[in-house]
Amino acid sequence: MSALEVRGVNKRFGGLQALNDVNLTVEEGRIHAIIGPNGAGKSTLLNCFVGRLTPDSGTVMFHGKSLLGIQPYEINQAGVSRVFQTPEIFSDLTVLENVMIPALAHRDGKFEFNALRPMRREKDIQKLAVDVLEDLGMPDKHDMIASSMSRGDKRRLEMAMGLVQDPKLLLLDEPTAGMSRADTNNTIEVLRHIGDSRGITMIIIEHDMHVVFSLADRISVLAQGTVIVEDQPENIKGNVKVQEAYLGGAQ
Amino acid sequence: MLGLSRSDLLMLLFVLFLVAAAPILLNPFPEASRFAQFNAGYPDLMQRFVIFAIFAVGFNILFGLTGYLSFGHAAFLGAGSYAGVWMLKLLTINVLPAIIVSTLVAGVFSLIIGYISLRRSGIYFSILTLAFAQMSFALAASVLTPITGGETGLQTALNDPRILDGASSGTGNIPAPALFGLEMRDSIQIDFGGWLWTFNVGYYLSAFILLVAFYLSIRIFRSPFGMMLKAIKSNNQRLSYTGINPRPYTLAAFVISGMYAGLAGGLMVAMDPLAGAERMQWTASGEVVLMVILGGVGSLVGPVLGAGLIKYAENIFSKINESLLTQWFAFMPEGLTDFMVTIVSPFVGKGWHLSLGLMFMLVVTFLPGGLIGGVTGLFGRIFGRRSKAQGE
Amino acid sequence: MELSAFLLQVLNGLDKGSAYALIALGLTLIFGTLGVVNFAHGALFMIGAFCAVALQRILSISTITLDETKTDFLGNPLKIKTPIVEEWFGEATGQLLIDWSVPLAILLAIPVMMLIGFIMERGLIKHFYKRPHSDQILVTFGLAIVLAELIKAYYGANQISVPAPDMFIGSFDFGMLIGMAKGKLIYPYWRIVYFLFALLIIGLVFAFLQFTTFGMVVRAGMADRETVGLLGINIDKRFTIMFGIAASVAGVAGVMYTPINSPSYTMGMDFLVISFVVVVVGGMGSLGGAVLAGFILGILESFASMRVVIEAIPGINQVVIYLAAIVILLARPRGLLGRKGVMES
Repeated sequence: MSALEVRGVNKRFGGLQALNDVNLTVEEGRIHAIIGPNGAGKSTLLNCFVGRLTPDSGTVMFHGKSLLGIQPYEINQAGVSRVFQTPEIFSDLTVLENVMIPALAHRDGKFEFNALRPMRREKDIQKLAVDVLEDLGMPDKHDMIASSMSRGDKRRLEMAMGLVQDPKLLLLDEPTAGMSRADTNNTIEVLRHIGDSRGITMIIIEHDMHVVFSLADRISVLAQGTVIVEDQPENIKGNVKVQEAYLGGAQ
Repeated sequence: MLGLSRSDLLMLLFVLFLVAAAPILLNPFPEASRFAQFNAGYPDLMQRFVIFAIFAVGFNILFGLTGYLSFGHAAFLGAGSYAGVWMLKLLTINVLPAIIVSTLVAGVFSLIIGYISLRRSGIYFSILTLAFAQMSFALAASVLTPITGGETGLQTALNDPRILDGASSGTGNIPAPALFGLEMRDSIQIDFGGWLWTFNVGYYLSAFILLVAFYLSIRIFRSPFGMMLKAIKSNNQRLSYTGINPRPYTLAAFVISGMYAGLAGGLMVAMDPLAGAERMQWTASGEVVLMVILGGVGSLVGPVLGAGLIKYAENIFSKINESLLTQWFAFMPEGLTDFMVTIVSPFVGKGWHLSLGLMFMLVVTFLPGGLIGGVTGLFGRIFGRRSKAQGE
Repeated sequence: MELSAFLLQVLNGLDKGSAYALIALGLTLIFGTLGVVNFAHGALFMIGAFCAVALQRILSISTITLDETKTDFLGNPLKIKTPIVEEWFGEATGQLLIDWSVPLAILLAIPVMMLIGFIMERGLIKHFYKRPHSDQILVTFGLAIVLAELIKAYYGANQISVPAPDMFIGSFDFGMLIGMAKGKLIYPYWRIVYFLFALLIIGLVFAFLQFTTFGMVVRAGMADRETVGLLGINIDKRFTIMFGIAASVAGVAGVMYTPINSPSYTMGMDFLVISFVVVVVGGMGSLGGAVLAGFILGILESFASMRVVIEAIPGINQVVIYLAAIVILLARPRGLLGRKGVMES
């Protein structure tokens, strides 16, 4: 069964056709990678899924429910979490708080007036957050202020914030950019493990082909706003169109 | 205990001690001493300390946690005051209904203004709140005179109906606000050696309410709700992609702080049943902002200290006059005395606002974290150095 | 409503609108170039007004001579005050100088305000470029209090009346010009002068920004500060000068306003609150928006002060500006001519 159905999505910015009749089907429980040269429209497409942008035409259905025209928090509450390309974290709060906030949002919904419940008593939420941080290899940084972390750690924190919500669909925008080789391998490990054990559907945008081919069950190649190829990873490598797109983009 | 962590409980006990012992702590100088003028332990001033502390603690829930800078909170304090006086006039001279109704009226008022103002953020939000407050002030001083008493203000009168206890107006005097017969202006005075301590009913009622208000603010700060408010200040956009709708959170914080302001307004008229429009003016809103930033934005005890300091400074600075200054500098050579008096006198007495303005600038420039931030920073530096030294 | 009454309200709105527009223009220049929200701008307007007071006082400094031939009602010799300027320049020129003290005060106000502007920017504002807007608001708010209190300490709390030159006292009958009955539509000469003066200043500022290289760089800096900095142009220095210019605009606006409204130390705060509303309604960072909103709100306020209107909606004259601000901000989030992305973080 398909988790996400994208049909005929178009988006124009002034004279630029950023997305041109994009179609995409993401099967439930799969990891779907979207690759393509810079400026191909990958991030624009992702923005259309989370309510940051509204397409000019087309449909985006998530488990039979449209994601268009509703608020970002409603999309998240429907089970779609996003890991941002540039770390978007709560930089004045501690690492643990950064992870507990999405966990609370997942449990309590978009608004809960729990002004008198002590945070200390939220043992379940704390445990969830601690576990995720442990999974991502940051067990010793709970009380650090998020802004003081390294760029790589911020990326991992971002991922923890997405994963702690146990989403149905996780959108990852270049999750390993700025990470060391070791951290990248660890991240691949974690994502593969989570994909296998919890069956989370993932869409991943990535430039690092090592990451893409280690994780993806299926790959869509986006060039100049259009999906030019969609296939199994092993068929993508030798595809002529893909090579053209990359070489064309590099000129 | 009380759902607080150990350190929070200690902080609450610290504030409890401060307000309970204030009549003694604030009168460190014997009556006869020449420093007695620096004493602050008399009922009227102490009442102002705690009532403004309530106002500031509430304002900090909005400004300190969410970062939304309102320039209109004096309007809620004013609305609470008017509602309070009306209760004292119509219902009963007992202050309890007045205080409760003040809080509720301010709550409704802030719900309406907050709902509209929070459609915008940043300076647009500040200007919207300012516009609403200035409108309230202008209307209260003019068209709404039948409700507000206009420029003369609203006060209790002998022939008020007071449907619950009308009989008490038969004595020939306007009855004084009381709590079940205990008059707010009643005091017990203890002469202890050279010291005079005044334990006032109104002060202790206000102090008790401050403690409750402070306790609630600790609970709010330490709750998931409070954490969401901090997240709004940190990154509003991200919160929305995290599945949280920020608007009801900010609105709730706005209304809570509005209710604190109304509570403070209600207590003011419970102490002295008179409400005037100038209480709503934007300079009054500016004053509470200063209290909060002086104490430390977003810290728990900060606003309490800030309110106390500002009100104390206002009281002392405006009392000092030229003859007093001449007295102080009399030990210097004559020319120097005159010089010092000339230099200092614009800052005191009627010029107290000049000192206030300077204080404002100095605090914002050099102490962005307020007094609490400064002290914590200092401690951090001292202890940080020590632990480093031990490590070496 | 009669045509004459309508026109009268428009005219009445123009002079207040001119003051709003001039203050808002300076506020916008500072905000647009330096990114600073200056709550002390009203105080600069007030200091300008007190430049006029100061010059009037200076010109009236007199020597006192005794006239033994005449006595006052107590039998003492009559004291005759002779302003020093009359001694220096002769009686006619001296009296002319005193009479024209308000326009002359512009010559005093420009260097004084420039200097105050430079000191303010270099000494205080500079340190707040990277601080949050709320800090900027608070520190300049403190400065506004300090400036107002200093003026109060020196000049007292009462309003001080400063007359316009004699030739501008009296009113012009606009009605007769367009064929109405005499006295139907009269408007004081000085207010006409003020309106024309405001137009001149606004025109000069726009021309300066539009046609000089300096102005071009400043406009480029308003649009994208970093890039212009990268071009090797010393933006900071230009912005300091811009701050001085904005202060001068507020200052001369204050000087010329004194005959319309006798200055007192509170006038800065009174105008500041409304001017901020004007800036926000016009759209933060939009110079044209500031001027437009200034005149619109001035005229709106004037209409709301008409008796028929007040009788229909009591109190409307007090609140119309704020009400308009609320409506406009809710309908057009960025104000009348605001751009996207300004002050929204």
